[in-house]
Amino acid sequence: MRLDETENVSDHGYGLLKSYQPFPGVSDELLDPSGKVRPVWRPFLDHLSSMRPEDISDRFARGNQYLNDAGVYFRQYGQNEALEREWPLSHIPVIISESDWQIIADGLVQRAELLEKVVGDLYGDNRLVSEGYLPASLIAESTEWQRPLVGITPPSQNFLHFLAFEIGRGPDGTWWVLSDRAQAPSGAGFALENRVATGRVFNEFFARANVHRLAGFFRRFRDHLLDLRGEHDSRVSILTPGPLNDTYFEHAYIARYLGFMLLEGEDLTVENGHLMVRTVAGLKPVSVLWRRLDSAWTDPVELNEESHLGTPGMVQAVREGNVTMINALGTGILETRALLAFLPRICEHLQGEGLKLPNVATWWCGEETTRSYVKEHAETMMFSPARSTALPFTSSQTDFIGKDSDKFRQGVLENWIDTERGNLVAQEAVTLSTTPAYDEGLLVPRPMSVRVFLARTHKGWEVMSGGFARIGRGESASAIAMQTGGSAADVWIVGERKPYRETLLHQTESPFFKSQSGSLPSRAADNLFWLGRYVERAEGAVRLLRAYHARLMETADPDAPLVAKTADYLDKIGVPPENPVPEGLCEMLQSAVNSAGKVRDRFSVDGWLALNDLAQTANGARRVMNENADIPRAMSLLLRKITGFSGLVHENMYRFTGWRFLSIGRALERANRMTDLLSVFTGPNAPEGALEMLLEVGDSAMSMSRRYAVSLSHATVLDLLAMDPKNPRSVMYQLTDMKEHISVLPGATDRGYLSDLARAILQVHTNLAVATPETLTPEALEELKDQIAFLSVEITDAYIR
Amino acid sequence: MLYDVNLEITYDYASPANSGRHALRLIPATIPGEQHLESSSIRLSPGPSERRDRIDFFGNAVTDVAYRRPHSELVFSLAARINRTATPEELDISPPLKSLGRELRAIQSLKPDEPVHFLTGSPRLPLAPAFAVYARQHATPDMSAISAVETIGRALHDDMDFDADATTVDTPALEAFERRHGVCQDFSHIMIACLRSIGIPAGYVSGFLRTIPPEGKPRLEGADAMHAWIRAWCGIEVGWIEYDPTNALRVGQDHIVVARGRDYGDTAPVKGVLRTSGTQTTDHKVDVIPR
Repeated sequence: MRLDETENVSDHGYGLLKSYQPFPGVSDELLDPSGKVRPVWRPFLDHLSSMRPEDISDRFARGNQYLNDAGVYFRQYGQNEALEREWPLSHIPVIISESDWQIIADGLVQRAELLEKVVGDLYGDNRLVSEGYLPASLIAESTEWQRPLVGITPPSQNFLHFLAFEIGRGPDGTWWVLSDRAQAPSGAGFALENRVATGRVFNEFFARANVHRLAGFFRRFRDHLLDLRGEHDSRVSILTPGPLNDTYFEHAYIARYLGFMLLEGEDLTVENGHLMVRTVAGLKPVSVLWRRLDSAWTDPVELNEESHLGTPGMVQAVREGNVTMINALGTGILETRALLAFLPRICEHLQGEGLKLPNVATWWCGEETTRSYVKEHAETMMFSPARSTALPFTSSQTDFIGKDSDKFRQGVLENWIDTERGNLVAQEAVTLSTTPAYDEGLLVPRPMSVRVFLARTHKGWEVMSGGFARIGRGESASAIAMQTGGSAADVWIVGERKPYRETLLHQTESPFFKSQSGSLPSRAADNLFWLGRYVERAEGAVRLLRAYHARLMETADPDAPLVAKTADYLDKIGVPPENPVPEGLCEMLQSAVNSAGKVRDRFSVDGWLALNDLAQTANGARRVMNENADIPRAMSLLLRKITGFSGLVHENMYRFTGWRFLSIGRALERANRMTDLLSVFTGPNAPEGALEMLLEVGDSAMSMSRRYAVSLSHATVLDLLAMDPKNPRSVMYQLTDMKEHISVLPGATDRGYLSDLARAILQVHTNLAVATPETLTPEALEELKDQIAFLSVEITDAYIR
Repeated sequence: MLYDVNLEITYDYASPANSGRHALRLIPATIPGEQHLESSSIRLSPGPSERRDRIDFFGNAVTDVAYRRPHSELVFSLAARINRTATPEELDISPPLKSLGRELRAIQSLKPDEPVHFLTGSPRLPLAPAFAVYARQHATPDMSAISAVETIGRALHDDMDFDADATTVDTPALEAFERRHGVCQDFSHIMIACLRSIGIPAGYVSGFLRTIPPEGKPRLEGADAMHAWIRAWCGIEVGWIEYDPTNALRVGQDHIVVARGRDYGDTAPVKGVLRTSGTQTTDHKVDVIPR
């Protein structure tokens, strides 16, 4: 069916377009200048028109659900805090024909080659400056020109391996480059997620729409990175500033997708000029580093000394040619906005031809003649700091259009230009083209720009057939940044014929790579170990809180011996029961979330969501519950969520070394808590009912009745909860578990000898194995507890420090 | 003048450092026409896990050292013999301040010694209006570049108190300037900021002063530790001159250059990162003896 005949059909033949009015003097992606729907959009519009508004809403919801489930978010910086926000997907893709795209791709490949030459010159002979193609002060006064890198040629001979360009279409229909991204371009991972989500929204249509696929681009780039390794056993890794960065999700996503290690600066060290990652199996070489950290922050010894994100000695490793940086340190200089003023002439000079794809007309105000031209046309120009590397339109503090400025109204703009001179750049205030967005049942035109990604592969520069579109919220091109409420859309490059299918549809977005031989970075091991400990610690606290409140409800007497002793104990372990949900419990769960947040590349999305849900539930309960609430029931609910999370993780986590550290953390915490409980509640002065409570907290009442015909006694409780090798709640069971994990960790034995840690766990295990209920006095239990606690120190010494 | 220089820098850590990486800029430079390094050796105690020598962007000799074993004390010592020959040029052929800008713009080069690197705020030394106001009170557009430098240098020397306890290595220049006190690092940073604010390219020099003055001359401030002064670019013809604002004099045979850069950060004798939880104390000892 082409159209619903009953709908109010617009001039364009589509009901959806009845109020689609492009702005005068602005070009539009959907409609050509004569107002007709461009052929490349027709099949999509036919498809969209065939659906009822309810169907469309359902489908959009499906895409949103995918993004939600996948954990896609972006971080929005507010006044005081950075919040994780739902990913703002604009569901209508931007559709570009293959032939139009070819023009863009050719232009951007030329530009990538040009930028490679420019950056090679800026860190090499500086002929562009000495021959007058670039002003010396523009470069010398930029904080992105990294002097320690001058004179260093990368081992691959190439400075650039991965680039992004922000492009837009001007009023005359031609495409313009708005900005070059060469430092550490982001967005390619988000483009992939936009693709998957949009593909789900329009699943049947997408399958037959001749849309170019993205996976091959990533596979070939990954192969290129693997080829760049010097030695075969060295690693390709991604360097991230960490979870607080606004694009951390993408770093973790790409690391998972391509099978690379995700590292922070402190994971790395430099030894004898070689970059090494600290892993649980010792130092391992890293020869290719895809950095998502700006150059200045990568080395506190030679670059910004304030940096806590970097690795001391990084520049030395680069200088000695032992690591290939994607992109080379210092390439951020290419993002300098004023460079756009000089690139057209530099292209003529270096490439012997003009720019195939023009960039936004730009004037650097450091030259007298340019200044007078700018002053004459100031009204229509956009002004920004000359050395700014930010995207245009992203900062209203620094970027403004001449006529919108107070200085213009007061008539002082010209003087200001004369004062600022070389610190200022003026650009033609471009009008971006519009593309359809869906708004309450209709399509409306919204300004857009597209980020296009280029990677080096064995074939040279390759353009990703797609991209990341930013869609403005209103009609103003300046509201395009997501930080100011814009949204993101997929970009479809549509051809005449079916694109080469590398695999079946639902698999094409996954690259099927062989994984590198990986070792677990020590910091990841640390976070997994503590994640295991915090979650188990919270579980132990909840079990005990539940037991306490149940007894308090029964006796209604806080001074009853067992109730009072339990309250004291809860106080000692940081969860005083005065409040229904103690703050200490929420803190344990928050610590678990923090630990998990640092290893998101190794952690399933489901697990992450379950853990967050758990922490939020506890926080919510803490806020709303009062003393009259049914606290035992609330605790049972929390307990179910905790065990649900643990089950999810332990059932689904691949049995790599990381899982072992998580399991060791859990076992250590459980053994420690149970030993401590036994030492406190099995003594001669333990109040009445203490043994029953231990069984309840140890979740072992049923095992008790099954195993022992005799009634509950001091000896049987110790047997069941301390020594029983088959009871998963017993200390013995947990120690055995730890011993087995430790025995297969790297370096557990060295030429037949046990490592210190392996010997220590064996010792503790043996001590308990030869004990009897009679010898397990409170004092002996306390000593056992100290031995178990000390294992944590031994683990840190062996694998983490 | 031939000098023997002995320098010893000692770090004591309250709790042992597990590892550390340092870039040392201690070895005096050979500068044609100014000074010649006859010999030098750096001793490190304990011995480092690795050591490398290189030349940085501004031409300074750097020794990179790394430690991977726990250590609670570090001693860096330098023994060097330098022949210092520089004498300040007496004849002032520098252009007036107002035409310095034109000469500057004529230079199309990013070579390390070019003035273009020394014109604006630098990482350790942001400019502030207070510096420009002060500089303009003392220097006029018709003054020659050299006399502007000397005038501002003398003014700062008169207006500021030398006080070894008033500031630390991390005190911002503006703060030291507002309180009109500090040590050679502060004097130099403040003077650099003043000069740059009125368009005179200026840089930072670290080095040594002879310990005992020549007969009949006063002992100079700053001789008991590493010293610092400034260099200023006074036109294409003159190039760079050096001035010591702590002692209000043009730099001559009593000064020995170690490193040059935009500010202290480019020339710091010991720069680095170490992994320790506790505090540290530092001790410097310098002897500069004419032979």
